[in-house]
Amino acid sequence: MSTHLETERTEAPAEVAQLSYREAIGAALEHALEEDPSVLLMGEDVATAGGVFKTNEGLPEKFGLERIRNTPICENGFLGVALGMAVTGMRPVAEIMFSDFLPTAADAIVNELPKFRFMSGGQCVVPVTVRSIGGATGRFGTQHSATGESWYMGLPGLKVATAGTPATAYGVLRAAIRDDDPVLFFEHKGLYGRKGPVELGESGILPVGKAGVLRAGTDVTVVATLLMADRAVSAADVLADDGISAEVVELRWLRPLDHDTIVESVQKTGRLLVVEEQVHAGGWGATVISELTQRGVPMARPAALSLPDDLLIAYSPPLEDAIVPSVDAIAARIRSVVET
Amino acid sequence: MSATEADERIGWLAKMFEIRLFEEKVQELFMQGEIQGTTHLCQGQEAVSVGAVGALEERDYLTITYRGHGHALAHGMTMEAAFGELMGRTSGCCAGVGGSMHLTDFSRNLIGAFAIIGPSYSVGLGAAMSAKLRGTGAIAMSFCGDGATNIGTFHEALNMASVWQAPIVFVIENNLYGEYSPLRDTTPLDDLADRAKAHAMPGVIVDGQDVAAVRETVSAAIDRARAGEGPTLVEAKTYRYRGHSRTDPAKYRAEGELDRWMLRDPIDLLGAQLASDGVLDEDEQAALRERIQTQVDAAAERAAAAPILSLEETKAYVYAS
Repeated sequence: MSTHLETERTEAPAEVAQLSYREAIGAALEHALEEDPSVLLMGEDVATAGGVFKTNEGLPEKFGLERIRNTPICENGFLGVALGMAVTGMRPVAEIMFSDFLPTAADAIVNELPKFRFMSGGQCVVPVTVRSIGGATGRFGTQHSATGESWYMGLPGLKVATAGTPATAYGVLRAAIRDDDPVLFFEHKGLYGRKGPVELGESGILPVGKAGVLRAGTDVTVVATLLMADRAVSAADVLADDGISAEVVELRWLRPLDHDTIVESVQKTGRLLVVEEQVHAGGWGATVISELTQRGVPMARPAALSLPDDLLIAYSPPLEDAIVPSVDAIAARIRSVVET
Repeated sequence: MSATEADERIGWLAKMFEIRLFEEKVQELFMQGEIQGTTHLCQGQEAVSVGAVGALEERDYLTITYRGHGHALAHGMTMEAAFGELMGRTSGCCAGVGGSMHLTDFSRNLIGAFAIIGPSYSVGLGAAMSAKLRGTGAIAMSFCGDGATNIGTFHEALNMASVWQAPIVFVIENNLYGEYSPLRDTTPLDDLADRAKAHAMPGVIVDGQDVAAVRETVSAAIDRARAGEGPTLVEAKTYRYRGHSRTDPAKYRAEGELDRWMLRDPIDLLGAQLASDGVLDEDEQAALRERIQTQVDAAAERAAAAPILSLEETKAYVYAS
């Protein structure tokens, strides 16, 4: 074997795989657990049957039940445990089975995780990642369908991330686990089966606090997260046939929020639509519009597509489908923004 | 009695004097406006802090409560660092950012003081599990008050600790009042150690005014934890002389209750024993107290001389990266 070839290959070529969003989450967890012995996964049923959404398949067998740790049903309690582990040298990843359960742990998420380092005068780091699985379209009913993404975006000390594609799921989750601050990471259960190219390994890790352009365009900037980012890309594909060029920005991080990438895009397109699977009030969409307005970015009247402010998500499938923005609804809204 | 044992008991007395005089100085500084906001003082509970916290090894972890000045001082935090924190100055253990309710010192494994009821136990459990996973041999000790035994996180932590056989000692300081409410108005038990039964762990009651008894009971629980035999819930029966916080005159207490408890003052109890055992007579004790008073005053003065951070400087504490 040629030694010359060996030295040439010190930089391993990026491995790109076609993975489902679910597999991308699993790969991110596996690689993080391999990389750092202080990483562990904890939560309800995380070690049983691969987890409720099968994201953790194979992990208990590979890493053992100490590092893939089932917990009792007590979100506030086990997030406190994660915090105690994090400030004493571990790097826990805690799973919240449904984002709707996050408020049962609001004390940990609002009062402890973000404030712990600050109140100690910077004596510690708090490398906790909280994976939270949310989103509608699964017919899970009113208390198992929220995305929850904006509920905790106003908390200095916390970082908040989302993933709308398999590549984002891998890249952002790995970045979140490596980060020394507490990160609330939102997954969408309606995306678990969605496939896409994922760059695995070091080069696939995406920067903290950076939005990504999923699809380039020139007529309008569409900012979205989670399932809405996936649907916005599909809507943009449909509109391309009609000669409308929509740029889709996946926000990825709600805190820190990457206004610069959005500003850059809107400066090019002159139009803005935010698409959220949550109500508009008190969310990232309103924050994005506010920031652009305050910066005086020249643009046409901005638009928002979101869940209705006066309705809740019902179980009945047609009722659920009727209020979550569909590809068609997003396409129609993009068209109206471009044509007015 | 060996000389070492005598020295240890004198050390307990000195530390209890330190805590008592520290708290009295805090009241004085509050009146002068050097300390603001609120404080939760622990006069009357000194034996629990000194007896329990003093039983820890350096590698062990400690989480405490907002009534935590005694815990922190018993753990070896300097009075200057504690005073500085209460004064909001850079001389404080948390550079003045945390205040009275957050006396924290990671360099000594005092990893958290909690202003909200509950997470002292869950976070302490996290440290215990971290030590177990990393195989350091450390244990954790976590404090809460009687009122905290009614919040969910208390039970969540006990349940997990028992399921995982975690190396931790949970200490309840039962001072008979949850804020302004007498225990039996909010809690269907007199003995909070009974809470342990529901979580399949030993629950032990100890006289919280007797520092030697606290040390002995807590040491046994620490030994159990370190030997891998799981958690213990220790209830120390004690009493706070002052109200819940700065603005509470504690008028809800029955007449004579405070006086009865002061007859069992932890400092007086140990002092009387040391005198009758011929270890330290009353004059020597008075001299010791006088020396510590001088140290208290000097520490407060040094702490007060430190500057206050700029807002810009606090920014580095919000995020690590």
